[in-house]
Amino acid sequence: MFKDQTAIVGIGQTPFAKSLPGSELELACQAIQLALEDAGLKPSDVDALGSFTMEHTPEFEVARTVGLGELTYFCQSPWGGGAGCGAVGQVAVALAAGVANVGVVWRSRKRGARSTRVWAGVQERITDHWKWSRPSGLVRPADECAMFAQRYMHEYGVTREQLAHVALAQREYAHKNPLAFMQSRSLTHQQYMDARMIADPLCLYDNCLETDGAIAVVMVRADRAKDLRQQPAFIHAFSQGLNRQHQVNTDWHGANPLRSSSCVTAANLWRQADCGPNDVDVAQFYDAFSPLVWFSLEAYGFCEPGTAAQFVADGGTRMGGRLPVNTSGGSLSEVYLHGLNLIIEAVRQVRGTSTAQVPDVEYSLVTACDSTPNGALLLRRK
Amino acid sequence: MIDTIPLPFTADPIDAPFWEATLRSQLVIQQCTGCQTHRFPPRPMCPQCQSLEHRWRVLSGNATVWSYTKPQPPLLPAFEQLLPYVVILAEVAEDPAIRIIGHLMSKDGAITGVNEAGLKIGAKLRVAFRQHAPDVAIPGWVLVD
Repeated sequence: MFKDQTAIVGIGQTPFAKSLPGSELELACQAIQLALEDAGLKPSDVDALGSFTMEHTPEFEVARTVGLGELTYFCQSPWGGGAGCGAVGQVAVALAAGVANVGVVWRSRKRGARSTRVWAGVQERITDHWKWSRPSGLVRPADECAMFAQRYMHEYGVTREQLAHVALAQREYAHKNPLAFMQSRSLTHQQYMDARMIADPLCLYDNCLETDGAIAVVMVRADRAKDLRQQPAFIHAFSQGLNRQHQVNTDWHGANPLRSSSCVTAANLWRQADCGPNDVDVAQFYDAFSPLVWFSLEAYGFCEPGTAAQFVADGGTRMGGRLPVNTSGGSLSEVYLHGLNLIIEAVRQVRGTSTAQVPDVEYSLVTACDSTPNGALLLRRK
Repeated sequence: MIDTIPLPFTADPIDAPFWEATLRSQLVIQQCTGCQTHRFPPRPMCPQCQSLEHRWRVLSGNATVWSYTKPQPPLLPAFEQLLPYVVILAEVAEDPAIRIIGHLMSKDGAITGVNEAGLKIGAKLRVAFRQHAPDVAIPGWVLVD
């Protein structure tokens, strides 16, 4: 069995900023070195790497630059925001199976400048599935998410007044986190309501930050984890998910477009786990856009369909609420590193070192992007 | 960043008939000749019965709004020039599982500043086409009174 056989034992992050000096390779190497130091392992101990298909630093460059050992397993996980939990989970599966022993997953991005947005690189002729939407002026992921948010809010009678509370709750967490981009920037309900629109119903504050930085995590099997420096975050369950008739970001060709790939991931996660949603103490839901938090709360079984907006507005995701969510400030208010920022916060919650620590955490959930092929990790302290 | 509206590559044999039809102001989707299931976007195999045989069915062009949004800057330069515009995800009359994106268009083919009176989820639509290049017209949606 895979359950609890591996653990995340090291986390590392560079500074986060609108514009950092080094290259993406340099940032990646710094984050990996810090994660290995955190774990108490040497670069030469590493024999497995996992990354994103969108990662620009190839594994051989990382391996020879950091001075890793000879690698016996390396993999990539697809689709940006959907990839993080998949990359970690794939390496963990390989470690549990004995194919390798010490694994690292990293993500490095220089995204502070507007010209580096993925959508800004759209070409004159589109060959992939985006040929069915981008020529009609629906170009950015925010526009695509807006289509689902508009429909959801219509079906369930939800308002922007309620949507505001996703961003407001996360900003409160950011105020506690000295490393959060928005730590000292206040956000009021009125500011939210007055903000400029990006793609209605989404306004500026419903969109994630764009930042430079890198994050890395280190994994080993459970028996070795117990001898290392940090409280291990055991990987209790892992799944990826891709629903029927899926289309990346524009997933509206299936029978019910409001049933996302997260539903697939969630079902397989809970099938493996010793617990259910009621036992989870804290969650990090992928939040490139704030409605994804609603969609994930429902897909993972924390709220009935159509009730997540009121759950958030009532304080359910704030400190002391039923399920604290995105407790570092998340991608809306801490930093956006394609979801690895959420994975290391889920680890900190298991360790007891979050700046918004939930008491007595046993189960800590982290998910990847609701609107792409995705994944999730259920971490456990035991 | 490109200065033009990004257009579809139309020479892929899987979907070339769709783009050829747009030049005739026809909206077409694949229909499996084995089990009659519609599919869109075009693909080589029927996901219901795995048949490789299909016909192109010409749709009536009638549809309803499934959802919509109004993108605001920052956008590609060509789309910033078209502001304000609305993008609609339309559910076609022949099959509620077939949804097609298009600009909200006026009866005379404009995209910019189209009168949004009556724009809501469930509103009735009629397809229209706007030619962007010799090989391609892009479908859009006109609100039906």
